Amino acid sequence: MLEVGGPPVQRPIEFDRAGSWLYHSSFPSARESARCAFDGMREGVTSVEGPRFRPARVIPALMTVGLVLVFVACSGDPYPQSTLHPTSDGGTAIDRLFSQIFWWAVVVFVVVESALLYTVIRFRARPERGDPKHVHGNTLMEISWTLAPAAILVFIAVPTILTIFETDGSAPANAIQVEVIGHQWWWEFRYPQLDLVTANELHIPQGHPVQLIMSSADVIHSFWVPKLHGKRDVMPGRTTRLAFTADSVGTFLGQCAEFCGASHANMRMRVMVQAPSEFDAWVQAQRQSTPVDTADRRVVAGRQLFGRTCIACHAIDGIGGAIGPDLSHVGSRTTIAAGILPNDSAGLTRWIGNPGAEKPGNLMPQFPLEPDDLAALVAYLRSRR
Amino acid sequence: MSHAAGAHYTSTGLDNRKVAFWTFIGSECLLFGSLIATYLVYEGRSVSGPTTHEILNIPLTSISTFDLLMSSLCMVLALAAVQRGDRVWARAWLGMTALLGTVFLGFQAYEFNAFVDEGLGLTTNLFGSTFFTLTGFHGGHVAVGVIWLVTLLIRSFQGKLEPDRALNVEIAGLYWHFVDVVWIVIFTVVYLIQTTPIEAAI
Amino acid sequence: MATTATPHAPDVAAPTGFWSWITTTDHKRIGILYGATALVFFIVGGFEALLIRLQLGSAENTLIGAEAFNQLFTMHGTTMVFLAIMPLSAAFFNYIIPLQIGARDVAFPRLNAFSYWLFVLGGLFMNVSFVAGPLFGAHAISVAPDGGWFGYANLTSTQYSPGPNIDFWVLGLQILGIASLAAGFNFITTIINMRAPGMKLMRMPAFTWMAFVTQFIIVTAFPVITVALVFLTFDRTFGTTFYSVAAGGDVLLWQHLFWLFGHPEVYILILPAMGIVSDVLPVFSRKPLFGYAVVVYSGLLIGVMGWGVWAHHMFQVGLGPIADSVFSATTMLIAVPTGVKIFNWIATMWGGQLRFTSAMLFAIGFIGMFIIGGLSGVMHASPPADLQQTDTYFVVAHFHYVLVGGGIMGLFAGIYYWFPKMFGRLLSEPLGKLHFVLMFIGVNLAHFPMHFSGLLGMPRRVYTYSADLGVTGFNRVSTIGTMIIALAVAVFVINVLRSLRRGEIASKNPWGSPKLEWAISSPPPVYNFSVIPTVRSRLPLWVTDGVSEIPDVPPVPVHVPGGSMWPILTASGVIVIAVAALAKSPLIAIGGALAVAVCIFAWAFEPFEV
Repeated sequence: MLEVGGPPVQRPIEFDRAGSWLYHSSFPSARESARCAFDGMREGVTSVEGPRFRPARVIPALMTVGLVLVFVACSGDPYPQSTLHPTSDGGTAIDRLFSQIFWWAVVVFVVVESALLYTVIRFRARPERGDPKHVHGNTLMEISWTLAPAAILVFIAVPTILTIFETDGSAPANAIQVEVIGHQWWWEFRYPQLDLVTANELHIPQGHPVQLIMSSADVIHSFWVPKLHGKRDVMPGRTTRLAFTADSVGTFLGQCAEFCGASHANMRMRVMVQAPSEFDAWVQAQRQSTPVDTADRRVVAGRQLFGRTCIACHAIDGIGGAIGPDLSHVGSRTTIAAGILPNDSAGLTRWIGNPGAEKPGNLMPQFPLEPDDLAALVAYLRSRR
Repeated sequence: MSHAAGAHYTSTGLDNRKVAFWTFIGSECLLFGSLIATYLVYEGRSVSGPTTHEILNIPLTSISTFDLLMSSLCMVLALAAVQRGDRVWARAWLGMTALLGTVFLGFQAYEFNAFVDEGLGLTTNLFGSTFFTLTGFHGGHVAVGVIWLVTLLIRSFQGKLEPDRALNVEIAGLYWHFVDVVWIVIFTVVYLIQTTPIEAAI
Repeated sequence: MATTATPHAPDVAAPTGFWSWITTTDHKRIGILYGATALVFFIVGGFEALLIRLQLGSAENTLIGAEAFNQLFTMHGTTMVFLAIMPLSAAFFNYIIPLQIGARDVAFPRLNAFSYWLFVLGGLFMNVSFVAGPLFGAHAISVAPDGGWFGYANLTSTQYSPGPNIDFWVLGLQILGIASLAAGFNFITTIINMRAPGMKLMRMPAFTWMAFVTQFIIVTAFPVITVALVFLTFDRTFGTTFYSVAAGGDVLLWQHLFWLFGHPEVYILILPAMGIVSDVLPVFSRKPLFGYAVVVYSGLLIGVMGWGVWAHHMFQVGLGPIADSVFSATTMLIAVPTGVKIFNWIATMWGGQLRFTSAMLFAIGFIGMFIIGGLSGVMHASPPADLQQTDTYFVVAHFHYVLVGGGIMGLFAGIYYWFPKMFGRLLSEPLGKLHFVLMFIGVNLAHFPMHFSGLLGMPRRVYTYSADLGVTGFNRVSTIGTMIIALAVAVFVINVLRSLRRGEIASKNPWGSPKLEWAISSPPPVYNFSVIPTVRSRLPLWVTDGVSEIPDVPPVPVHVPGGSMWPILTASGVIVIAVAALAKSPLIAIGGALAVAVCIFAWAFEPFEV
């Protein structure tokens, strides 16, 4: 039995069935409490060769893992929707700001967690130290650790506010305007200056300001192509804006980032940033109607089928409904169904064959089609380049 | 051994029920505040249907407002009567308060009916939705207050509303005055200060 | 119901039996009921999380379909916030606050019981939706809410959510709101008015203070969501136009109203746990809370400032650079009082004699994890940066670190700390430490990778994701972490069940705590204090003459109020009204309203003395 203030008595360590989490605590004034508190502990144990858990030790380990992963992440391509590799002016402004905040956060993290860790290790109960002094506070410390974080926050707030104004969606007069309209569950893109309409794949020229003027036809969605810019919600009855200038050619992935119903996860888009000359060529091609190859019987049959059914919801070359995406040049896209299927025969067949299976909750009905008819339709659509 | 009702030691010297009720009133301020704020945010944004200028009848509503204000006066007098043990006047003033409250509700029922006849219903437009919800919630509160007052009146007739139970009347009075104050705000914000463009009414 | 007025020896048992629990108005019993029910819902919410993570453990997985997934994440969030964390905090409010301030019960014991029954019935009401599909002619068995825990308009309109799912959600939340409001009025009155002589406000334990602030936030924030939900109900039921764009309405009205509630709500979730940590750390450091006044004032500040930051949940909406800048500034400002607490906690431990009991480990774990969650929170406070973080797994990481790594860990600290007081037995320390280790590893493993999957482009609320994104590995690790959390909770449940029967008997004050609740037996007698003590110190049991003597047996007869059946009946009446709304039956609604009115009258005129 441990005497108050006396030397601890050695006893053999006994493990209870709960495991080897023996703990020792032997300071006199809480002797009684200690005895009650530790199930399976035997009195007077003074030292433990056992797992002594230091929770805060795991944190540096996790940090190292984290940093390695970030480094790996910085090799770019394996992360097509990464926010850490911006390719536009706005995206870069955001990333620069984020880096600043991030490193401040790392500093604070290291300082505070170290203080915690140190405290927890250094002040483990030890009988020789006796009862601690009752310190109720220290005004100077309170002031210091109120002002210091406030000062750091100023260093974060100032660049933040500057960047807010830099990325507020306003654009120069020569910007290419794109109207973005969110639908459940696809994206409509209209170029009012260029008299163009397409869906799900947005083409823009490299190095030229672009302004997205956005709203929704149904519920709230969010336009997000991480490598190009932060996200912006698109809402019915309101207009929101994003503006940026893309600085690299390439294809950039994005997806809807505001929960919008059953197939929210299936509402994806791609942005093709092209060299200006290629963009012009694309615009030209999109504004012309692709002639139908009357020699190809399947294409002709598909066209007829389209004109009997699909046309109610989809338009080709200005003729048709506006409920679903414009399909004038659907064949020129890389994906269909808002980015969830490849735009090839197999993908199109799967999609048209059973839209509800690919996109739960989808508004596009499943038409009972003979395999030949389906193939014809697919051929026709693929011909729309 | 008997315990006087509510004669327990309290940290503030106030009865628990009084403290709780003030907290409740604070909470109700947020409730009505949200309703009023929504009304204000949506004022003038109806795309169709009647607007405030076409439909709100300020002279009539002024009368019902006066009626409610007078009911608050009666409430004050009722509490004073209960506190001094004046059974006759306690019942008279309690009854009067309840009556005036019912009259207010009658005015409101008339007003709602008239609006519906003139084409403004709950679902007609933003004005209808916000107006009826806001004033409907208020009217509901008045109705609860009337029931409360009638209950107190019945208790009085049962001889159970002696001065030692005056706190019940005081708290009912708190509620009643609060409902009245909310009405003053509604009357001012909805009826008197109309910001809907008058052109929209043409 | 009866009054009893005989002197009670400490070992006289409280009434037993099922009926005594149904009609109980004893804050201690209600606290236990809250705690047990909350833990059950916590496990339900945990299962929902497990299913979510099993689906997301692989890219393009087909384990759980879109509709089911959307219901799962909606119910996971709603359950954890309203049916797990809040009631678990309420368990401690109920049991501990009267003991800490030297009161015999709360101000309105029957109202207290009413809050509990409304909570249980409301929680059941919402969860019944999982099997209520056939009643509504739905094509699936489950019509559980599926609009997200935040239910944005206009997705929640009848046009885009035609089934009864959202109605279950709206009505359930209204019911829970009433329960919380009633409890708020109760505890505010209790703390203001029922403190023992000498228990000045600045002598109250930090836990009671944080609970006090929390109650003020509740009674001011819940009316706002009540109004938002009323608008949604009216839109869905009567066809009003509050959130109708076609009629000139604004979908953002919902967001503003919701987040005006929603942000104070997160402080409702965290302040009690912060209060627990503030109570636990001093005990196991053997020195008082450092900077008590600052900790109290910072809690007050957080409660007030929490009203000025709501639109930081709306940075991606495009409110404009001025609004964004203002809310960014207020959000950063609120980090200051939050951070100050952390420093005071570390300073509390500094120079102490730290005992790493399970309670202490959870409290320290809270600090370590909350720091991480708080720092990612500061990152969100910058709107341009937030445009990349919001609605992604990065923010999921943030709030799980503060709510699970913070809130839940803090609540577990409270459980280990106060279990002996409540049940007279100690929880097993070895199992407790195992629980902690598993929780710590599990929570970190589950949520740290989410920082990465978020920054690498994985949005929230997606039932599947492309393998091309490169986030599959992170998701897999998260899923494993969730399973470890499940294991941790299993260990905890085993610990509780074992210790209830075979735990080591606890003395009055097994931890050597300075606070008043440890001056009486474990568990306390039904009347709590044989005499209402006079308190002379913030640390009554550590300071000589800190509290007057409390005899084992009351020297004069103590009145103990009996039970009442009106709370549970009134609560049931409210549920009837909710069911009527679901069934769209005015008749049942009127019936329910009448039942409630009758019950209220019976309650009011029932002879019941506290």
